[in-house]
Amino acid sequence: MAVPQPVETTFLFGRLTWQAFPLHEPIVVATFAVVALGGVAVLAALTWFRLWGYLWREWFTSVDHKKIGIMYMMLGLIMLLRGFADAVMMRLQQAMAFNGSEGYLNAHHYDQIFTAHGVIMIFFVAMPLVTGLMNYVVPLQIGARDVSFPFLNNFSFWMTVGGAVLVMASLFLGEFAQTGWLAYPPLSNIGYSPWVGVDYYIWGLQVAGVGTTLSGINLICTIIKMRAPGMSLMKMPVFTWTSLCTNVLIVASFPVLTAVLALLSLDRYVGTNFFTNDFGGNPMMYVNLIWIWGHPEVYILILPLFGVFSEVTSTFSGKKLFGYTSMVYATVVITVLSYLVWLHHFFTMGSGASVNSFFGITTMIISIPTGAKIFNWLFTMYRGRIRFELPMMWTVAFMLTFTVGGMTGVLLAVPPADFVLHNSLFLVAHFHNVIIGGVLFGLFAGIAYWWPKAFGFKLDPFWGKVSFWCWVVGFWLAFMPLYILGLMGVTRRMRVFDDPSLQIWFIIAGLGAALIAVGIAAMLIQMFVSVMRREKLVDETGDPWDGRTLEWSTSSPPPAYNFAFTPVVHDNDAWWDMKKRGYSRPLSGYRPIHMPKNTGTGVILAGLSTVVGFALIWYIWWLAALGFVALLATAIGHTFNYHRDFHIPVEEVTRTEEARTELLAARS
Amino acid sequence: MATAAEKAVPTFYVKDEHDHAEGGSTMLGFWIYLMSDCLIFAILFAVYGVLGTNYAAGPAPKDLFDLSLVAVNTTMLLLSSITYGFAMLTMEKNRVAATQAWLAVTGLFGLAFLGIELYEFAHMIHEGATPQRSGFLSAFFTLVGTHGLHVTFGTVWLVTLMIQVGKRGLIAANRRRLMCLSMFWHFLDVVWIGVFTFVYLMGMLR
Amino acid sequence: MSTHWFSLRFSSRRFGRWLGCLLILPLAVMLSGCDFVVLAPSGDIAAQQRDLLVVSTLLMLVIILPVMALTVFFAWRYRQSNASATYKPDWDHSTKLELVIWAAPLLIIICLGALTWLGTHLLDPYRRLDRIAPGQPVTEEHRPLKVEVVALDWKWLFIYPEYGIATVNEAAAPVGRPIDFRITSSGVMNSFYVPALAGMIYSMAGMETKLHAVINHEGSYTGFSANYSGAGFSGMRFAFHGQSEANFDQWVAKAKAAGQTLDRANYLELERPSENEPVRRYATVDPNLFQAILNMCVDRGKMCMNEMMAIDAKGGLGLEGAYNTLPLEYDKFARRGSILGPRPSYVASICTAEEAEAAFRAAQAAGDDSIGPRDHSPLRGAGLLRPWTRPGLSGVMSQLDVPALSSRL
Repeated sequence: MAVPQPVETTFLFGRLTWQAFPLHEPIVVATFAVVALGGVAVLAALTWFRLWGYLWREWFTSVDHKKIGIMYMMLGLIMLLRGFADAVMMRLQQAMAFNGSEGYLNAHHYDQIFTAHGVIMIFFVAMPLVTGLMNYVVPLQIGARDVSFPFLNNFSFWMTVGGAVLVMASLFLGEFAQTGWLAYPPLSNIGYSPWVGVDYYIWGLQVAGVGTTLSGINLICTIIKMRAPGMSLMKMPVFTWTSLCTNVLIVASFPVLTAVLALLSLDRYVGTNFFTNDFGGNPMMYVNLIWIWGHPEVYILILPLFGVFSEVTSTFSGKKLFGYTSMVYATVVITVLSYLVWLHHFFTMGSGASVNSFFGITTMIISIPTGAKIFNWLFTMYRGRIRFELPMMWTVAFMLTFTVGGMTGVLLAVPPADFVLHNSLFLVAHFHNVIIGGVLFGLFAGIAYWWPKAFGFKLDPFWGKVSFWCWVVGFWLAFMPLYILGLMGVTRRMRVFDDPSLQIWFIIAGLGAALIAVGIAAMLIQMFVSVMRREKLVDETGDPWDGRTLEWSTSSPPPAYNFAFTPVVHDNDAWWDMKKRGYSRPLSGYRPIHMPKNTGTGVILAGLSTVVGFALIWYIWWLAALGFVALLATAIGHTFNYHRDFHIPVEEVTRTEEARTELLAARS
Repeated sequence: MATAAEKAVPTFYVKDEHDHAEGGSTMLGFWIYLMSDCLIFAILFAVYGVLGTNYAAGPAPKDLFDLSLVAVNTTMLLLSSITYGFAMLTMEKNRVAATQAWLAVTGLFGLAFLGIELYEFAHMIHEGATPQRSGFLSAFFTLVGTHGLHVTFGTVWLVTLMIQVGKRGLIAANRRRLMCLSMFWHFLDVVWIGVFTFVYLMGMLR
Repeated sequence: MSTHWFSLRFSSRRFGRWLGCLLILPLAVMLSGCDFVVLAPSGDIAAQQRDLLVVSTLLMLVIILPVMALTVFFAWRYRQSNASATYKPDWDHSTKLELVIWAAPLLIIICLGALTWLGTHLLDPYRRLDRIAPGQPVTEEHRPLKVEVVALDWKWLFIYPEYGIATVNEAAAPVGRPIDFRITSSGVMNSFYVPALAGMIYSMAGMETKLHAVINHEGSYTGFSANYSGAGFSGMRFAFHGQSEANFDQWVAKAKAAGQTLDRANYLELERPSENEPVRRYATVDPNLFQAILNMCVDRGKMCMNEMMAIDAKGGLGLEGAYNTLPLEYDKFARRGSILGPRPSYVASICTAEEAEAAFRAAQAAGDDSIGPRDHSPLRGAGLLRPWTRPGLSGVMSQLDVPALSSRL
């Protein structure tokens, strides 16, 4: 009989030994080689071109919301590649593992891959992209010069990076969780997952989660406190409204995640009994709590993109948004209702018919405001003059794709239907249908829409269209087979199959994934080509799409201070209103502008947090303690710095603004 | 009366703009942070609500809690809130020394609270009622311990602020920080009222 | 309302297959072997769940299809190059239209909500069957087949208490006989799912879930865990046979002939993690084994959950109880304790195992459910039992349920 063994640790390295390096996994070793070579090449290039100082001064320590927004987007795009690589590996494994074949991945590896795919795509792709977009656009849309707490913004970003670093480290040092992306106990408890996988999961999310919560607080304050004069709540652009609701959701849900993961780590580290089977613990409490965070999280992701679609539809239809008021109320209703539906993720727990139908019906009710939104976009297009530029193409693709995903979602909200489809590939198809068709398409629309604002030139339309068609067709090809497989009773997270008739569907889905890969490649080529052809694609007006909101009133890219003069708002399409009513750009009377100073404290604090997380994962107690003390000391030390702001001298403002005046004059 | 021309082209930008005072959003931001912290406590209360009677055939609240000790403890925290209030009143009158004195008293009460709590914990663990013994004890130690951890951080923060007030006096930035800590301190008081009622009093009644 | 609870009824299997193949018409020709088991099940419960799924889909298509058509139409009609289309750049409000766009989804959801409420209550897996098939109500003659199901790492154990047999990774039931599943798990959460038979339900350690179902057609179907549970999850599959009475008796006899016994010691061996297990049969089973598994006290000397909860309901064992733990010597896994916590342990039983068994037997003989293990499923929402609630509250439960249903229960 196996006697429980204590874990072997050394003082210096905790439980970190040579065995932690997965040298026996050729796939991981090859990946590591590629990543290491690529990494070394990038580092060498940065050193060669003497870019470190520039990056540190102008980007890493920057408190400018625009630069932080762009860094968030880059993080999201890089992590998208990792998350997508996981997806391709899963598709390949599932397409191969038939007729007695084990495929090419063992259970230990495969189970990590689907867990990592979910975690990375939600926390380190969708979240940074959404946060980045809000960070970049919201202050510009409300006529502000920065966010409420610029230093906190920088810190939040680096915490997100810290979490991503921990998750990426698990690839080459130890293992990641093999529990599925929400790490249900008892499977995720120490008895069943004794090594470092779940600890990487916990600390990766805790570090990133702090950043997310703080950035939520920051953006709420920004939207409430820093709007331009005249912009009452009901004159805010819809994207700002949806961002406000999203950040309220973040602040009101991420602490739940933090608390739940903290309890799980107490179970794992000190042997408490929150989610254990015995000693009065209750694993189902974890399932409830994590979904109390998890369901609002879904709306955190989609709401800002509803905002993007509103902006895009109205701009490219050349028309005021239909039903602004009902759009706002629909957003608020969704925000509130998103807290009342969490149980629909586990109807099959046996909660009883009344509880299940309550949560089923509240879930369906959410589809009412969502439906109203779709209709609003539809009637914005009605009697418009629709220009099918890339952002608008993504929007139409979204409307057609998302309605199907919404329908299957409502279907899954019917408990008896969920009893036969829960945890099946139908469910997997459903949430990819709404997340890719909603969140990702929205992000691509948003990126194409605001790219010229951020960089001063448009994205290349040819490669954009290649990417668009590959993504859209690839999506349908990859996920329709999963709907079908779900109806054949195929469950998710399977590694091998015994029914050969299923294989063809997995092969079709694999082809879809391949097409999406081409779409991603085309998108990267598009960015590269656009940078190369920036002279041709340049936009000097600052308003390439004939926009309607304030961000289009300033130059592209905007100056560090965004607006030389704070705008005054009279209408919810403020810039449209200004253009219509004969606004002329002020050419004199500039003043020095009060701005926050850059600081490296955010990078240091986030770095120390990451070190503490790493030390806790590997039981290196001295390093954890040291890191924590350093963290505290740095934070306190930072509060002794009272000089955090400066003035951009009036000469510099004048110089910048006159250059723009000349540019505009040269055009006309 | 606005002229016709002014009506046609309204003002679209602020011509005569002054610097915004630094920290205009701080109080709102800190308030929102407190609410997010409140949510963490809400979860811990909910967990205690679910696990609070799962004794795993071990000791129950009646066997463990000493209400008179908890009453003393509660008094310490309530008094510290009052003295913090006095510190804020003296701050309004710009009396640096008195403010510092009241802050010091507050810190001492906070330390007394922490000392009594640690004594209670040590006593319980000594009797075998460890956090690992049952779901109830896990939830109890975590809820009360998290509150204690907050008080600890509050105390560290208090000391930091006393040093900063000592160095720079009651300047606007320091006043704002003292206001934030004030909210934090009173917030912990409110949470403790919940702990006292929900965990200790109701535990003894069960 | 009970048996034909919505007017749209379909002629069972053929319809489902037809519908499934229609979705993929071009490929259907290529793939004759598509088995849409969810759309063409062989059990009455699954068939009703399928009906609800289809009706809900059709109901939603009423609004989804026009929206998709309008999207395409508007996108085409109001394209920039079409100068003949009307352009109204400032038109942004119409109260009538707004009413329609809120009311239309609302109406659909009211219909769907009503269907959901009814369907959820009528197809509640905890509810006893009231029909074997459409137009064939359950009568006194229908004696339910009791099956106790345990999800192990990574295989399924089925105990047939009436027959005193047990099987691993194979289950069977006579066609047309109501089946009364009691489901639990040895450790990790799984989900018990036979798509052809009925919807799934979680299996959780220390808790019991129930599933009532019936199989209407003979055949061999696949069952599996539908909730990821670790390394051996993919192989956690079993065959479920719907058989005639005679064949079922033969199946039972086959198990009887196997000769092996499943007692506590054997179970503890079986419980150890293993993957892709072949079918095993046991001729005799310890009659209290399922209750012991459910209460997590197969290992003698461990305090049973029901006993622990009864003690907790009375206020625990006092300070002396704090030390009523013994170090855990046996476990399925190599290491279980946390790094900073104490050594792994368990709560020791305060009475002997023999006494505990006698208490079980007495309780079962008396037919008193409340003395035996209770339903421990926690967090069940308003009006439902919480883990520490004293037994005997089932009256309260039925009051809180829909009156029409409680009379049926």
